[in-house]
Amino acid sequence: MKTVEWSVDILVVGGGTAGPMAAVKAKERNPQLKVMLLEKANVKRSGAISMGMDGLNNAVVPGFATPEQYVKEITTANDGVVNQATVYAYAQHSYRTIQELDRWGVKFEKDETGDYAMRKVHHIGTYVLPMPEGHHMKKVLYRQLKQKRVEVTNRVIATRVLLDENGAAAGVMGFDCRSGDFIVIRAKAVILCCGAAGRLGLPTSGYLFGTYENPTNAGDGYAMAYHAGAELENLECYQINPLIKDYNGPSCAYVTGPFGGYTANNKGERFIECDYWSGQMMMEFYNELQSGNGPVFLKMNHLAEETIATIENILHTNERPSRGRFHEGRGTDYREKMVEMHISEIGFCSGHSASGVWVNEKGETSVKGLYAAGDMAAVPHNYMLGAFTYGWFCGENAADYIAETYPAGAKPVIDQTQIDLERARVEAPLLRTDGLPPAQVEYKLRRLVNDYLQPPKVTRKMEIGLERIQQVRADMEHMVAGNPHELMRAMEVYHIADCAEMAARASLFRKESRWGLYHYRVDYPQRNDAEWFVHCHVRKGADGEMEHLKRAVEPYIVELDDTEKSAYDRLRVKREPAIA
Amino acid sequence: MPLAATLSSVPVVIDEEKCIAHKGCTVCVDVCPLDVLAIDMLKGKAFMKYDECWYCMPCETDCPTDAVRVSIPYLLR
Repeated sequence: MKTVEWSVDILVVGGGTAGPMAAVKAKERNPQLKVMLLEKANVKRSGAISMGMDGLNNAVVPGFATPEQYVKEITTANDGVVNQATVYAYAQHSYRTIQELDRWGVKFEKDETGDYAMRKVHHIGTYVLPMPEGHHMKKVLYRQLKQKRVEVTNRVIATRVLLDENGAAAGVMGFDCRSGDFIVIRAKAVILCCGAAGRLGLPTSGYLFGTYENPTNAGDGYAMAYHAGAELENLECYQINPLIKDYNGPSCAYVTGPFGGYTANNKGERFIECDYWSGQMMMEFYNELQSGNGPVFLKMNHLAEETIATIENILHTNERPSRGRFHEGRGTDYREKMVEMHISEIGFCSGHSASGVWVNEKGETSVKGLYAAGDMAAVPHNYMLGAFTYGWFCGENAADYIAETYPAGAKPVIDQTQIDLERARVEAPLLRTDGLPPAQVEYKLRRLVNDYLQPPKVTRKMEIGLERIQQVRADMEHMVAGNPHELMRAMEVYHIADCAEMAARASLFRKESRWGLYHYRVDYPQRNDAEWFVHCHVRKGADGEMEHLKRAVEPYIVELDDTEKSAYDRLRVKREPAIA
Repeated sequence: MPLAATLSSVPVVIDEEKCIAHKGCTVCVDVCPLDVLAIDMLKGKAFMKYDECWYCMPCETDCPTDAVRVSIPYLLR
């Protein structure tokens, strides 16, 4: 294993959504900076939006919504435990981000007067902006990276953040998954945009890569931030989504809802008032699934032919275009049959839920010089537009941080020991000739996550789960990799194990139930605001063990009245009792 | 522990008549988010080397000769 060393000013890790935006905005802030965008796949087709996206789910467009109203909606959807400053910063910048993407060539749906064609999907406000031609998203981003002269490095897997003598981020270490070279990249600031922890639970199909999230997003960013000493937040508030059964992709109610499609039970009846994904909605979905009215379906077979043709055109060309092929194989025609749905495996993702690395409204983590954006940064329900917006914040703020912290010629001082230790850790599976294949270890780990950690959460089960995860950790020291590709999978297993342990410990720490199904603890079934109206953080303690902290919820910027606070508690459709 | 070679039916199919990897094309290999495709150097054709597919389709969409077909992995089908 050869060691290769590079040196840049700003290193952005992850070339999906937030990453390209961060790199471009850092270059715009200071074109003299050397900015590198590091990607484990290829930025042309990487991340959650490799095939584009069918719409913006949280667009705050003047005339349709206000930043204050959006903050209220997200506060309520998260049962009040929100740092409103982060959501408000997003909401105030949301329209500016849309206009920038529009200028770059992203095509949004507009009405006959040229206004954005906004749709209502959320419980209270109107925030959905369709992009029927959103499949070109990655091309648009790539053009910007080239124009702004961002240096792109593909097929390098980052494994740990480099720290300087004061504990500030000073680069990353990793390896090339083609050549097997050990890579050390020194930088003055690091922006992590590594996506969700999408390979945490095992999909019910049993296929390791049949996940909801792009499976390249194995939780790398969560694990790297943790080992760098950063605080993570809301890890007990899992991501669990309603999906097409087995295919495990969105069905997708946000697209079909405005056309008249809806989530239904086996009688074809609507049972939830609103299809917007929240813990409370997932609880009703789960209850219906387990009841005699289950399973749950997406119903479109009552719609007109031309409406269905439009829906098919959007769903079968964007985001997860193989949906059409899946339905064809099962003989599901939207015109005739309802689409069977199920709930996804658990994961961490602040794009849809709230679980992530703690950041403030500037995108700063609790480690100096370390920034995070996108699905891995804990700004609740941030979706794609939030990833772009926080990528923007991180790029500009990291450029400013460097200017203040490192006067001309100054560089972080790095102790060589951490590099030697990481190199030995990464190389180990390649040096073994006998042992356990990474795929088998991963399967076992993720099967344990399903058995012991997914809701309904039971204390004793999670304790057993933790013990079993520790046993698998010991097995991981026997993983064998025959080539750099298998080494990539082996190192991802370490990231998955870190995330699994954080999921278990964070869930055990919060002794109440909150966020509907996301944190439904059977032995503490009630919400307990007196003790648990707080943020729960996880970090690596001085002794190397995980430690937990309670942090007070910051004073609200936008106050909510009682009706607004309980809006998400009344999601089930009320039925008139049948006349005997 | 000894290791076994267990067979797996993989979802990405390459039409070798159409594939121009022998002319130096590596588009499908380049765009795969999971890096599961490779070029068979002896045949000069692309093939799916690892059964780790997200059925996401950039390989099929970006192939210049329409030689790639992504099916749904058997376990999900």
